[in-house]
Amino acid sequence: MRRNRKRGLLVWIGAACCLGAAVLSLCMGSVFFAPWELPRILSGGGSGMERSILLYARMPRTLGALLAGGALALAGAVLQNVLANRLASPGIIGINAGAGLGVTICCAFGVLSGFRVSLAAFGGSMGAVLLIFLFSHRTNASKTTVILGGVALNSILNAVCESVTVLDTDVAMLSIDFRVGGFSAVSYARVLPAGAVILGAGAVLLTLCNELDVVSLGDETAQGVGLPAGRYRMIFLALAALLAGAAVSFSGLLGFVGLIVPHFVRRLAGSESGRLLPLCALGGAAFVTACDTAARMIFAPYELPVGIIMSVVGGPVFLYLLIHHRGGHREMAQ
Amino acid sequence: MEGERGVIVMSQVAAGYGRTEVLHGVDLTVPEGRVTTLIGSNGSGKSTLLRALLGFIPLWGGDIKVEGISVKGLSRREAARKIAYLPQGKNVPDITAERMVLHGRFPYLDYPRRYRERDYALAWEAMEQMDIGQIAQRHMAELSGGMRQKVYIAMALAQQAPVIVMDEPTTYLDIGQQFRFGEMARRLSREGKTLVLVLHDILLALKISDQIAALKEGKVLCRGTPEEILEAGVTRELYGVGVKPVETETGVQYYYEEPTNL
Repeated sequence: MRRNRKRGLLVWIGAACCLGAAVLSLCMGSVFFAPWELPRILSGGGSGMERSILLYARMPRTLGALLAGGALALAGAVLQNVLANRLASPGIIGINAGAGLGVTICCAFGVLSGFRVSLAAFGGSMGAVLLIFLFSHRTNASKTTVILGGVALNSILNAVCESVTVLDTDVAMLSIDFRVGGFSAVSYARVLPAGAVILGAGAVLLTLCNELDVVSLGDETAQGVGLPAGRYRMIFLALAALLAGAAVSFSGLLGFVGLIVPHFVRRLAGSESGRLLPLCALGGAAFVTACDTAARMIFAPYELPVGIIMSVVGGPVFLYLLIHHRGGHREMAQ
Repeated sequence: MEGERGVIVMSQVAAGYGRTEVLHGVDLTVPEGRVTTLIGSNGSGKSTLLRALLGFIPLWGGDIKVEGISVKGLSRREAARKIAYLPQGKNVPDITAERMVLHGRFPYLDYPRRYRERDYALAWEAMEQMDIGQIAQRHMAELSGGMRQKVYIAMALAQQAPVIVMDEPTTYLDIGQQFRFGEMARRLSREGKTLVLVLHDILLALKISDQIAALKEGKVLCRGTPEEILEAGVTRELYGVGVKPVETETGVQYYYEEPTNL
């Protein structure tokens, strides 16, 4: 039986893109480092200022972009497969609205930056997801209920959020910053705890690739081969929620990456989770890191929000893919 | 059929959805190594009975035993090792036909579930049985409805369960493929598999079944051999359409009689 050997090559290409984007991100900025200088500076060479820039300004930012990009793309791919809907992205299970409300309330209480804002975003997103879970549990996590429940909850939470920001303009400014997304305020204190959650959830997810494929066959087919479809759908939603919630806690709402990266990777590698998930993680990490570097450099010393760069670059590419993709339209029919 | 060992024994089965009871005390014994076909008009409870048998919906009353074990006590995985299931409505996932068939081996994997060489070999064997080896690397979404159906049947075969349950398996198959499906069902039965089918094609059901159970309004109206079902005039009662056997050089052929009350 012929096995597709393309996967290994694609993973190596993805890893190389990721590494390239990370090196560029560390090197580029108001102070430029040559790539071959990085090991020397990181191992204690170079001036104190160079070490400070690299270790405390660039490194957390690069790490944050890699982790957030990988996590959001992974969460998007999982949600699209589990909900059998190519439009699914972390926002659909209330991640964005919950995190937005968490940050807005946090700002309203006078906490304007740092780890507590991350915690509020993470807590808000998990709270919203929990509400959708409780709602969906009554219908054995039916795909339609999850999606419709998400739409309804998003609407309610956004309305609450808007009400708070209308009353307090300072909160409105900070809330807008969070909604646009970016890595300018990222620090180790914000990235490392979220990074631990992302790496843990990602590792568990990569051991469940076959289960994810079987869930996407439909409930009755999945149950027919011995998989409790409803229970596993909840597990996958929880893992996607952890990944996306942890990512938006320090990056803000970079929802678009969870939609376009899985689409792009599917064109190259198909939808089998064993190939799709690792490549989405690598592709998302490389894409967000590259966009963040571009956001810093294009109008330097001014910085564009990375979400804008992602939309400007990703939007047309996404439209192109929709029009010119191989093999005609492969919809996930019901 | 009398006196044969029943691999599936249903007694006084009641089940339904929400607050609506669909099955009202179904009694049915499925003999081992035979083809049993459920017939009945739309909404008579055929698919619901299959779902109850597979443990997808809870029993409201009665019991179903598979190889002597109640389905209430079977885990999803244990049930999948005993019964392979081809559902009526299916997703069309964006994966290759080969991968699809391979997922038939899922009940035999332990965490972390990775397919082994033996699983690939058995999946390939099932694809050859269904004559779909040439489309192994094609994506499901690129295949015609009939080819997809063959992939799903191959997936059920790869599951290597002693009982195979198929809900309207000839949907999307052209007439030639329907005949080939009938032959395959008979061959599987000769090889010792027990088949439970839901068919709307009564002529095919009469041709390939050892036992036919006619369901009406959630109860077994009548069960017996195809000849007994014909003699009882069950099809006229179920559908208002009679079936006429005609002796030909190649054996008995069945024809629908024109309904008189159209």
